[in-house]
Amino acid sequence: METKDIVTKSTIKETNTDFEVRSLDTICINESQMQHPWWHSIKYLVAGSLFGIVLVKAEVISWFRIQEMFRLQSFHMYGVIGTAVATGISSVWLIKKFKVKTMYGEPIELHPKQFNKGQIYGGLLFGAGWALTGACPGPLYALIGTGATVIIVTLLSAIAGTWVYGLLREKLPH
Amino acid sequence: MQFWEWIKEPWPWYVAGPLIGLVVPLLLIMGNKAFGVSSSLRHICAACIPADIPFFKYNWRKESWNLFFVAGILLGAIIAANWLDRGEPIAVNPRLQTELEEYNIRNYSSLVPLDLFNWPSLFTVRGFILMVAGGFLVGFGTRYAGGCTSGHAIMGLSNLQWPSLVATCCFMAGGFVTANLLIPIVLNL
Repeated sequence: METKDIVTKSTIKETNTDFEVRSLDTICINESQMQHPWWHSIKYLVAGSLFGIVLVKAEVISWFRIQEMFRLQSFHMYGVIGTAVATGISSVWLIKKFKVKTMYGEPIELHPKQFNKGQIYGGLLFGAGWALTGACPGPLYALIGTGATVIIVTLLSAIAGTWVYGLLREKLPH
Repeated sequence: MQFWEWIKEPWPWYVAGPLIGLVVPLLLIMGNKAFGVSSSLRHICAACIPADIPFFKYNWRKESWNLFFVAGILLGAIIAANWLDRGEPIAVNPRLQTELEEYNIRNYSSLVPLDLFNWPSLFTVRGFILMVAGGFLVGFGTRYAGGCTSGHAIMGLSNLQWPSLVATCCFMAGGFVTANLLIPIVLNL
């Protein structure tokens, strides 16, 4: 009964706004048609944990490292981001070249990102927030994990910021 | 044993960067998921406070993997902070230390400057701007830009998307201006 309910709801939302909204906002388009029991998602918890460990051990979640980066006082952050991008580019190239499939045998799909002015205005605003808090969204979660409990407030404020963006979306230049 | 000693040191960029880059193929192979963290903030809004706003009316359950992923980040950080750390102070460039000294920031025992980021200072103007206004800009800006450091700078650039390069340059520009011009003013408050 419950599953049926969810299916109906999602169909309605798909036809209304879901695709349209998400096509403008290309992050997190997930067109996998596969349905799995919830525990299949545990693997993303494991992936997230590995990512979280690296974020902490490389100190990229540190306010000090972020200030050093924006004051050109350390190469560390540039090294991390540069090698991460180089690894990412090579991986995506290999995935495309060898038509690698997912562990469930689905072909891997990559979605182009469309340009809109939000990437400029939003990017500048996020850059300001990054410098002030010393954290981007991933590090917010990681910092809370390291015991900096006050960052819970920063995370809630970030959620509020996302919500206000959703509220004002139609009025903002894109 | 030597391996564990090494693990507990801060990891150099040439180890950490490639590991972060490998999250991109890992998520694609696990289930066609594009690496990105800021979307989780949107899913939380959609799940908890949609308030009939079209931007939050979508089937967030379909994206619940992303919430597992960020829960993992939290868990990984708990593991790293409690079992993979020597507990030594963070080594910061002496030039930055000298500058921060002027604002009475001297505590390097944690990844966050405890002199600035703590519960009592939430109620000061300085703390409010850094923690609350800063957090708001992170949430607002990432969604406006359609992604954050992971979604644009890493995932987008990995897929050679020029809009992501524009976004990344704007992240850096915003950060440069804020860190060099605005933060000295804020720290003086």
